[in-house]
Amino acid sequence: MPPDHHEISVTVNGTAYRGRVEARMLLSDFLRHDLRLAGTHVGCEHGVCGACTVLLDGVPVRSCLMLAVQADGHEFMTIEGLAPDAERLHPVQQAMHNHHGLQCGYCTPGILMTMTAFLKENPSPSEDEVREALSGNLCRCTGYQNIVGAVLDAALTMRTSS
Amino acid sequence: MTTRYFGAPVRRNEDKRLLTGQALFIDDIELPGMLYAAFLRSQVAHARIRHIDVSRALQREGVVAVYTAADLGAYWQAGPLLVPAPPIPGLVFNARTQVPLAKDKVRHAGEPLAVVIAESRYIAEDALEDILVELEALSVIVDLEAALKTAAAPVHDDLGSNVASHARQIKGDYRSAVAKAALVLKRRFHYEHGISSPIETRGVVAQWDARGRQMTIWDTTQAPVFVRNGLAAILGLGERQVRVIAPFVGGGFGPKIMMFYPEEVTLPWIAMRLNRPIKWIEDRFEHFFATTHERGQIHDAEIALDDEGRILGVKDVFLHDTGAYNPYGLTVPLNSQCTLLGPYVIPAYDSTFTAVFTNLPIVTPYRGAGRQHGVFVIERLLDLAAHELKIDPIEIRRRNLIPPDAFPYKNEIIYQDFQPLEYDSGNYAPVLDKALAAIGYDAFVGHEQPRLRAEGRCVGIGVACYVEGTGIGPYEGAKVQVQTNGKVSVATGVGTQGQGHFTSFAQIVADELGVDVRDIDIVTGDTDQFYWGAGTFASRGAVVAGNAVSAASQAVRRKALKLAAEAFECSEADLVVADGKVSITGIPEKFIRLGELAQRANPMRGAVIPGTEPGLESTQYFGPAKGATANGVHAAIIEVDPETFELKILKYVVVHDCGTVINPLILEGQIHGGVAQGIGNAFFEKLTFDEQGQLQNASLADYLLPTALDVPRMELDHTVTPSPLNPLGTKGAGEAGAIPVGAVFAEAIEDALGLKDKKIELNEIPLSPSRLFELIGGGRT
Repeated sequence: MPPDHHEISVTVNGTAYRGRVEARMLLSDFLRHDLRLAGTHVGCEHGVCGACTVLLDGVPVRSCLMLAVQADGHEFMTIEGLAPDAERLHPVQQAMHNHHGLQCGYCTPGILMTMTAFLKENPSPSEDEVREALSGNLCRCTGYQNIVGAVLDAALTMRTSS
Repeated sequence: MTTRYFGAPVRRNEDKRLLTGQALFIDDIELPGMLYAAFLRSQVAHARIRHIDVSRALQREGVVAVYTAADLGAYWQAGPLLVPAPPIPGLVFNARTQVPLAKDKVRHAGEPLAVVIAESRYIAEDALEDILVELEALSVIVDLEAALKTAAAPVHDDLGSNVASHARQIKGDYRSAVAKAALVLKRRFHYEHGISSPIETRGVVAQWDARGRQMTIWDTTQAPVFVRNGLAAILGLGERQVRVIAPFVGGGFGPKIMMFYPEEVTLPWIAMRLNRPIKWIEDRFEHFFATTHERGQIHDAEIALDDEGRILGVKDVFLHDTGAYNPYGLTVPLNSQCTLLGPYVIPAYDSTFTAVFTNLPIVTPYRGAGRQHGVFVIERLLDLAAHELKIDPIEIRRRNLIPPDAFPYKNEIIYQDFQPLEYDSGNYAPVLDKALAAIGYDAFVGHEQPRLRAEGRCVGIGVACYVEGTGIGPYEGAKVQVQTNGKVSVATGVGTQGQGHFTSFAQIVADELGVDVRDIDIVTGDTDQFYWGAGTFASRGAVVAGNAVSAASQAVRRKALKLAAEAFECSEADLVVADGKVSITGIPEKFIRLGELAQRANPMRGAVIPGTEPGLESTQYFGPAKGATANGVHAAIIEVDPETFELKILKYVVVHDCGTVINPLILEGQIHGGVAQGIGNAFFEKLTFDEQGQLQNASLADYLLPTALDVPRMELDHTVTPSPLNPLGTKGAGEAGAIPVGAVFAEAIEDALGLKDKKIELNEIPLSPSRLFELIGGGRT
């Protein structure tokens, strides 16, 4: 093995993976191109747009700002793991559909991961709190209004069902 | 009876794939043996190329090839002129289109000099560092006025000046308007528009099948058919040998329709030479240079009015920055020139523009496409004139609105579709009334504002009217086909970047064929699925492709009725099409499913009757004679912190008329997104270049896009004045949200800070807090 390559083990969406990566490989590239979990999107590669957000041990992180080697031993959830099964959507996904909270859909996976974690932390947020939590994810299509509506609606659904 | 889908807020068919991470975007394409491209881009804005040495790059392990302009041989040629010169008398138009890789000279920072092909993207980017480039720096043209001075170095040596084009368009007699005027008001306006910054950057994947002699190109383009035709021609292939696929595209907003970008033209050629698939994905830093911008104009405009505030005439002379090349012709400045006329009766208009070559990245349309600039000028002129004439700013607009009985309204000058500008239909006063009611204009001006002022708060109101030319030709087509499983497929030539085509087109078909909207599969942006078309731009998808889809589904319905009438041996008039089947009126148990009719339309035995075609399908086209003109009014109440000049939008209202609405949910989304981009434009988005043509804010940490904290909750309403130019009565809506925001901001901020009384005018955009601080002089006003 070349000196700058490393063996890593990660769990993504409940599945264990082993990989051999160059030290400099971004986590986003590892997820997308090595594990072929291409639902995580890359928008800026400098940590501003939030499109590449995934959950690392339940906490949202930008996968373009992490190296794959730093992921060793950790557990991840990506957009592919959010829906409970092939038929049903997660309440935040369903609310985004109901409220027309997505247009081109490119920023959507990052927004869903960020908002899912946010609602765990704050199950009954105000509109201002949703906007604050959403402000690290850029969307160029929607003007955010329907995303905010969707998140508030999803929070209500999740509170009533739990 | 089946639910009527047309006009209903149907939730989108495409959402599930996008919400679950299953939609195919360009960087998701993985092919066996794939290679990766990285482009070496010029770090300076203007220079002669002395020498490029790629030998060290070629020695790097994992590098497969490196190409410069010299390696392209006869393939190296300037790109096509996308929009030719319009038929304007006396027009000067110097077309200089971009090249695949710079040869002899670089004309803007970021222009590509060489391309590295390697086994990984990481290696390709490493190898860029190995290339040695020797350049001889030339003086750099950034400033529009300096560019036109005789001593200025020409961006294109052979031209001898930096005039890209010069056009004067006249309606009526402005000089006699001035002679009659009670007030002539003249001002200079600067309007900057920025970069569209879709969250997905551009990308190209090219795959050559040497045995099949087939080229497949995945491209984040808004115009796949044009790209197919153009690439086939320059690659020396037949059009049937080239398939261009625009997969799901993560936002476009205009710049993704430009062609050919150097990456689009070089990758397929290299894929043929190396016989391996190649991928290039633009990074965000590259995007700031390699994807086209929209930028600035300087207007010297004057307005002549009578003492009651009626417009007698407008004169405008403006400079337009077209960047280093002008492949998109005059679309942007023509839009500015035409849209300035707005919803108003302007009997005399004398408008001249000069488009200027600069050593900056290329300017092509970005959502609004120059319309913002024109709207800002006329709306500001009206505000300032109202103040001079002591007329209420709403009243001056109302007095000048084109009356409803004046349509079609002829504005005479040539528009971007090369037709004399003519507004097809409209009823403008009710739109203004609705907007004023929604913003609570009278209550705000009468009580709210005085009360807030008494509390020391700086709160102001702005209202702006606009028109939007939409739905231009040439044409689009659609093929609607009932499949034997009863589901319907619809293919069109337009690409999709989030506009909801998978749903709005399906709604049109669903009603016509009595099929559930979810059983209609829309294919967009694949030239093997639909051969003809133009693309998604100029707010034209729903209008032009929508009407083609409508015509094709009507033809399929007629076929279905004919086949069913033959089967039942009854008259077509006795048949009902609903719930995926054709049944006899009053005898619902007597039916044939559409899928079965599709099977019957493709018989295994017997002869197809001459004059008929197999299959339950139809391909139809629609080409409007001219564009349909939408209109609207935006109004905002804005609070300004008088010390920091931080802005807070307290209320934002849009009332809009885009004719018949196919899907109000999708329409609302288009308006929301447009306003958000308009807010970015009005408030803080500015591409800041230094005098060497270097972009100072080429990252999303420096070039700020509006976040959820910057975009307020918007209140929307609309009126419906159908367009007589197409059977559905639709007008486009894609750009409406973005167009008048700058004018609204300037007026609301002036009002909030009482600037008119202090003789301070806000005649430029963007108005960032720091720029406001400079203009207003700092400190508490």
